[in-house]
Amino acid sequence: MDGNRRDFLKLAGLTALGATGASSINATTAAASTVESQAEASTGGVRLGMVIDLRKFSKNDALIERCIEACHAAHNVPDFGDDAKNEVKWIWSEDFETAFHSQEFHYIREDLKGKPTLLLCNHCNNPPCTRVCPTQATWKREADGIVMMDWHRCIGCRYCVVACPYGSRSFNWKDPRPAIDEITPDYPTRMRGVVEKCTFCEERISRGLEPACVEACSNDEIVFGNLNDPDSKVRQLLAERMAIRRKSGLGTQPEVYYIIDDPRTLQETAPAAVVEVAEGGDHA
Amino acid sequence: MLEKALTGNRTYWTWMFFLLAIIGAGAACWFWQFRTGLTVTGLSRDVVWGLYIAQFTFLVGVAASAVMVVLPYYLHNYKAFGKMTILGEFLAIAAVIMCMLFIFVDMGRPDRIFNVFLHPTPHSMMFWDTVALGGYLVLNILISRVSLSCERRGEPPPKWIKPIIILSIPWAVSIHTVTAFLYAGLAARPFWMTAILAPRFLASAFAAGPALLILLALIVRRLTTFDPGKEAIQKLAEIVTYAMLLNVFFVAMELFTALYSDIPEHVLHFQFLFMGLEGNNTLAPWMWLSVVLAVVALVILVNPSTRRSETTLVVGCIAVFGSLWIDKGLGMVIAGFIPSPLGKVTQYSPTAPELTISLAIYAIGILIVTGLYKIALEVRGQMKTEP
Repeated sequence: MDGNRRDFLKLAGLTALGATGASSINATTAAASTVESQAEASTGGVRLGMVIDLRKFSKNDALIERCIEACHAAHNVPDFGDDAKNEVKWIWSEDFETAFHSQEFHYIREDLKGKPTLLLCNHCNNPPCTRVCPTQATWKREADGIVMMDWHRCIGCRYCVVACPYGSRSFNWKDPRPAIDEITPDYPTRMRGVVEKCTFCEERISRGLEPACVEACSNDEIVFGNLNDPDSKVRQLLAERMAIRRKSGLGTQPEVYYIIDDPRTLQETAPAAVVEVAEGGDHA
Repeated sequence: MLEKALTGNRTYWTWMFFLLAIIGAGAACWFWQFRTGLTVTGLSRDVVWGLYIAQFTFLVGVAASAVMVVLPYYLHNYKAFGKMTILGEFLAIAAVIMCMLFIFVDMGRPDRIFNVFLHPTPHSMMFWDTVALGGYLVLNILISRVSLSCERRGEPPPKWIKPIIILSIPWAVSIHTVTAFLYAGLAARPFWMTAILAPRFLASAFAAGPALLILLALIVRRLTTFDPGKEAIQKLAEIVTYAMLLNVFFVAMELFTALYSDIPEHVLHFQFLFMGLEGNNTLAPWMWLSVVLAVVALVILVNPSTRRSETTLVVGCIAVFGSLWIDKGLGMVIAGFIPSPLGKVTQYSPTAPELTISLAIYAIGILIVTGLYKIALEVRGQMKTEP
């Protein structure tokens, strides 16, 4: 119990959810006590998650491209152009209906029809990919729930790619290095034969930065934070808005949420709404 | 005893060098694949497993099927299988080795294969499959070696081997059950999310494996003085018949559940298999051929007069093996990926290097079977004298 709490306090500082407005010490402590009650569900104090506000993305938005570029440049993700067979991607765009393929949206609002929607690893709370890995080369980090990858341990069996219901994992069918435009020196490149995917920019959040895709946004189009903290911006958004997750029925508990409210509701949103959060009202 | 596989007549060596030539071509292709990456295969981001993993799955069944001669002989003291058990066990050894090779060539980083043992992971079904297959290989090598060397010395097998033989029976069932669990526990892949997958795997294994064993025994009988006995062949044919009927029944169960419930994510995979999806019908002709072969096989096998005639039985066994190879060695794995979890239809067909590597692994298996069968027959003095 104490361990949980200490970890939480440490991580609350470490992960520096600065942009979400660091909670006061009191709020943090209060959150820690509710966290303890659901330690099983979230394994620890911090559960990082993301809210993508589709209201704020318009069709043909250059912002989507900026997010993808920021991520792929920061992480040395190769670009094979039109060669779909060898494609590697950490974050990409599909139209809304494909992104929520299993939900069968009919007669939806005009603004959602064919809307480009950012997809990435959902960092599931109950990830099927880590369960199947025969070498523990991918695992859910206890401290904050990030689904990690060890490219030096991966044997390239691709079982995790098969087990992921979201198509979020890519395999390096060939040497990715020649397909990287400009290598970012402070991030590793991968070799052929291993699987890779989004890591919620764990290398950036450990330095107190927000994920690259979040940073590429200017108006909170993507919000990142601690889902276990009721005062965090992600939680406030989820409490106020209508948000859905991809294939939530599979029990994987994806931690990337998509706000699908009518864009007109944006005007009603007060900039810093203070929301009363019921005790123990943590996410499942 | 192994030296007995190193002597032989001209036909024997021609055959062995023919196999070695295929193996050489496959090795060259594999080396190229190792240097370039799995991009030399037809696999892609959406269809991540293909011919290699499908062959692995099919051959696990062939390996497990040895239990169909071992069980009646050792558990029910069914003497007619006395001459067949060693053929079954040797076939199992070759099949397990082929399985391991198919996994090996499918790996992105074969240089890191030992990570599976350095970081054993009980929550991964792949870990258990490694344990099950490795154990089964050891069991079969031990059992066949001990019983054959006792036979050579004209002694009864030692008492301690009996419990190990008994252990190999549930172990054989386990290898194919765990292989089914590789697929059946994945929420992402509705096509494999079926409780009947393991029973279906076992039924098809117990049909295809003994069908192959009948064919092998008849080939060996033609080439040597070995005679498995009419009763043994007929009993195996009955086993093939029942297992094939069960398999077809299980497939019908799958079709009913998917098609009657009409849940798109289940129906679409079957639609892809038999009709094609979005113009991609690469597997449809194969699947219909599989259906036709299954019908031919059942007509021949269920009808006692055609089952008893060796000529028609051979046709029936080839039909069983062919039908199930298409079903499991092509359709089962590939259809799981089409459509993808995002509903996309991606074309997959194996490339020339992929086919050559697969062929080479089969050649290795046939080489092992040839060598091991020769040893068994030499020990029994059943090789024909040099012409």
